[in-house]
Amino acid sequence: MDNSAVTIRQKSLLLADARTEKPALHKQFRRGEALIQAFLFFCGFLTIFTTVAIVIVLGRESLLLLRSEYLDASGTIHRISPVDFVNTTQWQPHRYELGIAPLVAATVMSSVMAMLVALPLGLGSAVYLSEYASPRTRNTLKPILEVLAGVPTVVYGFFALQFMTPLLKTLFGNGTVETFNLASAGIVMGIMILPLVASMSEDALSAVPRSLREAAYGLGSTKLETTIRIVLPAAISGIIASFIIAVSRAIGETMIMAIAAGARPNLTANPFESAWTMTGYIASISGGDLAYDTLDYNSVFVVGLLLFVMTFALNLLSRTVVAHFREVYD
Amino acid sequence: MANNVALFGVLFFSLLLCLLGSLSTPVIAARRGYSPKLGMLIGGLTGFAGTWFVAMVLWLVSSDSFGVIGGVIGGLAGLVALWKLGPDREVPQTSLPDGQALHRNVTARHLRGKLMRVLFLVSVTLALLALATLVWTIVNKTVGYTAVQYAVQPEALTINGQATGRTLDDLSENDLSLVLAEGVRVARLRVFVLQDVRGASQDEFSGLSQQSIEEVLAGRHYPAELADLPFNQLDTNQAAQILEANLSKSDLRQIVLDEIVQPQIVKGWSLWESLTNKSGIEHAALEKFPQARLEWHSWLNWKFISSPLDPRRPDATGLRPALVGSLMIILITILVAFPIGVGAAIYLEEYAGSSRLNHLIQINISNLAGVPSIIYGMLGLGIFVRALSDLTSGNILGTTTANGRTIASAAFTLALLILPLIIINAQEAIRAVPNSLRQASYGLGATQWQTIWHHVLPYSLPGILTGTILAISRAVGETAPLILIGAATYLTQDPTGPFSNFTALPMVIYRWTTYPQAEFGNAAAAAIVVLLVLLLSLNSIAIILRNRFSRRLS
Repeated sequence: MDNSAVTIRQKSLLLADARTEKPALHKQFRRGEALIQAFLFFCGFLTIFTTVAIVIVLGRESLLLLRSEYLDASGTIHRISPVDFVNTTQWQPHRYELGIAPLVAATVMSSVMAMLVALPLGLGSAVYLSEYASPRTRNTLKPILEVLAGVPTVVYGFFALQFMTPLLKTLFGNGTVETFNLASAGIVMGIMILPLVASMSEDALSAVPRSLREAAYGLGSTKLETTIRIVLPAAISGIIASFIIAVSRAIGETMIMAIAAGARPNLTANPFESAWTMTGYIASISGGDLAYDTLDYNSVFVVGLLLFVMTFALNLLSRTVVAHFREVYD
Repeated sequence: MANNVALFGVLFFSLLLCLLGSLSTPVIAARRGYSPKLGMLIGGLTGFAGTWFVAMVLWLVSSDSFGVIGGVIGGLAGLVALWKLGPDREVPQTSLPDGQALHRNVTARHLRGKLMRVLFLVSVTLALLALATLVWTIVNKTVGYTAVQYAVQPEALTINGQATGRTLDDLSENDLSLVLAEGVRVARLRVFVLQDVRGASQDEFSGLSQQSIEEVLAGRHYPAELADLPFNQLDTNQAAQILEANLSKSDLRQIVLDEIVQPQIVKGWSLWESLTNKSGIEHAALEKFPQARLEWHSWLNWKFISSPLDPRRPDATGLRPALVGSLMIILITILVAFPIGVGAAIYLEEYAGSSRLNHLIQINISNLAGVPSIIYGMLGLGIFVRALSDLTSGNILGTTTANGRTIASAAFTLALLILPLIIINAQEAIRAVPNSLRQASYGLGATQWQTIWHHVLPYSLPGILTGTILAISRAVGETAPLILIGAATYLTQDPTGPFSNFTALPMVIYRWTTYPQAEFGNAAAAAIVVLLVLLLSLNSIAIILRNRFSRRLS
């Protein structure tokens, strides 16, 4: 008891002292706080470093491809120049032919097939969930769709090979459909991307304020007319952004392609044939131990660089679309 | 007649044109004075039938692809003709419609609305159907009938030279040990004594077998008269006796199965076939594998989860190394990504001003979230596997593995992969903290970091954890980066630490899916179930956290 009285007395004395001192007007420098802030900044900056590292790794190995000289069995020296990527349509690294067209064409074809499935169904689902479904239905269905989005892509690859390919074979005949084919992989990829499109578009649609819809109803529009002429145009930036993200996902999707699309360079317009997509090539070539600075090893990085540039450009594009076409209602 | 592809092409386009016809015609019909329902019917029919008619005519005279193209043009032409050439019953009104005309117009528009509503519903249904089919495909492969072949039929197991004629389950412990004594070589039996009774590892075997029974089996049951016998002079009967005295019936049964009966699955059928076509399966099994027996088998069982990998036999393989590898990777990924991700989010939300650099960081994060995972794999290959191989192979710390293709490399790569996701989610959680909380804290004289540490973080922690768990569950399922990093497809033993070579669940699923042996597909399906259960449990933790969070807010 006696003790605590002393402490309180001392404290009040200290306070009195403090009061007589001049107040510090400038912000006090605290070393601990500054250190913490520096660490947190470092954490944030690490993401920039990641991007830079991706560019450096992919770029350096790709440059290595252009700089290196490859000795074949007969003793001839081969060099690769940038024109070699476009002036042939053969992708045969072991024969020093690096025409990238077959890989890109297969990527485009599988992505187009995926979009044919994902965009109409995804947008349709989004419109239904946002405009027609009761809140209860929406709150049940949306999480279920998100489960679909959370399933690992290797599982979709299994699904493509075990379900979609046999289905296509029964529909179109064994002779027409190869065991590994772009169509099966592309359709399943569409199913994989569908929930992404549905979820993102639904967000965009439900962000359109109610007053707009009510104004349209007030002018005598039916529900469908309101949806198509008022709500969809108002949410168009978000919807387009979701489409672009979907394309970017499709281009970068690897496991479905590695499992179901087959492994051979093939420039074809027939979706029932097997063909290497860009990602499929990277995955199947990297399966074993890749020896450093061989043509195979370096070609993987060239394809990777192209893939990175394509997806990065698409992501930037989607940001720009959102920024430029966004309609803000309050 | 045309081939299937052309048939399906025409079917698809005819349905599309049927839709177009039934959507557009009602309004046109209403304007011209006809019933909208009639218009819808005729429009749909025109689109559908027009396409098929032209296609079939063209198939008779020319090729498949011309048929499809011509069909589309024909259907379109039919529709246009219907819209343009149909006779007017009333003169189209130029001003606003009223009376009957208004009624028809409204009916037509509502008709169109109803049709589109059905279409929207169909697309949701298709999406859900896809999910259902996905689940069914996996379940379909996980259980079903299998044809099992035995090296020795269970009824033909011999005791004192005579077949028992009973199933394994009917044999007593004593019977089992007699069977063992008769059917297994003595060296194998001694191994089982060392392994299962003593619990010794393989390296200790040679040392132990020099010692006496008393020393080897101290504390276990053994006949007292054998105490001084050197272990390596144990005969089959004695070894079987010791096994019987120490092991449970199910352990003994397992040894008999593994060593003598040796069941081997030679073919598996899917659940659908097993349920619908049992007689067909029996017939096929009898024909192709006369020695085999049909048994109901779940590919997902405890033995599958707990056994090591076997690259040759789908029925004997397990996935323990892959499961252990995946869990280790998750653990290290969390340890690396969580602090950095939350740190970056705190910086961006609490400290960062609107400088150019901060803006760049923000844009960069959302772009990184869209980079394909295989690119991260190449990043990991270039940096962690090659450039930093001394660190990731543990050479720096003295442990020497051959290369940088280790658990550490995989975990670091996956950490980089999910970092943007964690940051974005954590930022949202931090942004949801009301500003009044911060100001109250500042008002009491707290520094910025004290405010963050004592108020902002605790308040937003459930949200941050939810986001992190969702990001982690993405990392668990990633396969492409692991391929690039060089995950092994076959390991003889479990990974032991961050610096050992590894394999992971999605990796073995990928490998088994691509093996030509159909039964590996069953093993892959069972592994997928394990992976999905792992993901679902992670997600349910996230949902529980989210619910707790929202309860606290209200």
